Amino acid sequence: MKPASMGSPRAELADELDLLIVGGGVMGLSLAYNLTKLGGKRGASRLGKVAVVERSYLVSGASGRNGGGLRMQWGDAGNVALMRESIELCRHLAQELGINLWFRQGGYLFLARTESGERRLHRNVAVHERVGAPTRLLAAREALELVPQLDVSEVRVAAYNPEDGVVFPWPFVWGYADRAVAGGVAIRTHTAVEALIPSDRGGYEVGLSTGERVWARRVVNATGAWSVGLNRDLGIELPNHPHRHEILSSEPLKPFLDPLVVDLETGLYFSQSTRGEIVTGITLPDPPGAPADTDVRLGSSLRFLSNVSRALIRVLPIARHLKPLRQWSGPYDLSPDGDAMVGPSPDHPDLIQVCGFTGHGFMMAPAVGRLLARWLVREQTHPMLERWDPCRFRDGRELRREDMIIG
Amino acid sequence: MSDRVFLCRCEDVTMSELEHAIAAGLETIEEIKRYTGFGTGPCQGKECMQTVAMALVRRELVRPEALRPFTARPPTEPVTFGALASVPDPFADPPPPLADDDPAPDSDNDSEDAP
Repeated sequence: MKPASMGSPRAELADELDLLIVGGGVMGLSLAYNLTKLGGKRGASRLGKVAVVERSYLVSGASGRNGGGLRMQWGDAGNVALMRESIELCRHLAQELGINLWFRQGGYLFLARTESGERRLHRNVAVHERVGAPTRLLAAREALELVPQLDVSEVRVAAYNPEDGVVFPWPFVWGYADRAVAGGVAIRTHTAVEALIPSDRGGYEVGLSTGERVWARRVVNATGAWSVGLNRDLGIELPNHPHRHEILSSEPLKPFLDPLVVDLETGLYFSQSTRGEIVTGITLPDPPGAPADTDVRLGSSLRFLSNVSRALIRVLPIARHLKPLRQWSGPYDLSPDGDAMVGPSPDHPDLIQVCGFTGHGFMMAPAVGRLLARWLVREQTHPMLERWDPCRFRDGRELRREDMIIG
Repeated sequence: MSDRVFLCRCEDVTMSELEHAIAAGLETIEEIKRYTGFGTGPCQGKECMQTVAMALVRRELVRPEALRPFTARPPTEPVTFGALASVPDPFADPPPPLADDDPAPDSDNDSEDAP
């Protein structure tokens, strides 16, 4: 029988695997797909047997819960270059994967209403110019030409990159899964990894929630905000932790809004999806005194709804008459320096981390899957891999700080 | 005239898209929602969820008593952003009303739906 092309609770797992990817989100599946691409005519055989194990269903985690924004407007040249790669890949990805990704390059428009925000945008645009990204500064009246519905009375300056864009996140995951299965990767859903036990012959004995036990030469932890538990059981202490973020979409409207708009001071973002709805969220600090989350928390609040409404109406007054249709939440996987943790784990070289993307993993996944597959199969390095080294915290290396974390 | 049959009129999801999802191996209402987008429009599943449920039961992919709806998303009644903006910012939401058998309104059962 043809294997279920979107993963299945009954997908067959080999007893011995060359690579086990834990987590059927966009990171794990982009990696799986890129591994099969590198395999050429022999499928995934360059790396041997590859499987993805997902505790729930595909897109159940943050990959199915994010706002679908893709931008190269970052504060750091490495992230700008990486996102240029990712956006370039997205241009051809719908054809490659044979699925509609609803990819629309309407640009990202950042609005600064304070002096410090103005300085940030000036500094970022200078970085973008050096990397060759087509970002430019706009006066308030130019921002108004792009989006006539904005209230720009408080806007001091704006930054605009016409190549940034939005996607509908769900089909990305299905598209990657479908092609990975076609390339020989087993995708097992509704199955949790309950134990990773270092094996005498190297690699790991893997205990699954179904009672099965398999051996894997190498394991990838691509479980995002859920990665902390898996690491903790092995004594791996990494400083990432989950943080709940809320988001909503409105009733659908005729297309009127080209760019995704960010209000730098409040961390409000809003865009119009190709389905017509306004998708919006905001940076919402935890109540004072609340301890940091150690486990993933979901759920929706009135607090979010009222805060996002106030910020939205201030920038987009016509939204006053619009109604939100649905509200949900998802976890950011926060890293203290805003940079991901990708590579061999401290004291566990055969356990490869792909986590800590701090709410921006979805947009990076097309590029990360490719560079990681090249590294795993060909040992080909990439400038970001050194920066993302999970051992950097333990070694006390000087950390940089990305300041363009939105939402 | 087209012979396409729409099961979700809000998001234009057709019966053939449902067939495609089932053929791809998806067997739960939540997965099929996230594959086709059905139930995410203005009716929030009130029109379409039963059609998907029936299709799964008829094919014997799920027993009727094991069927689970997808997570219901707030708000229950649409309210304008203008009205919502007038709500003062509490640091925490008020607790749910007592003597209510329903789960707390902010519970999200997505994390509990393993088979």
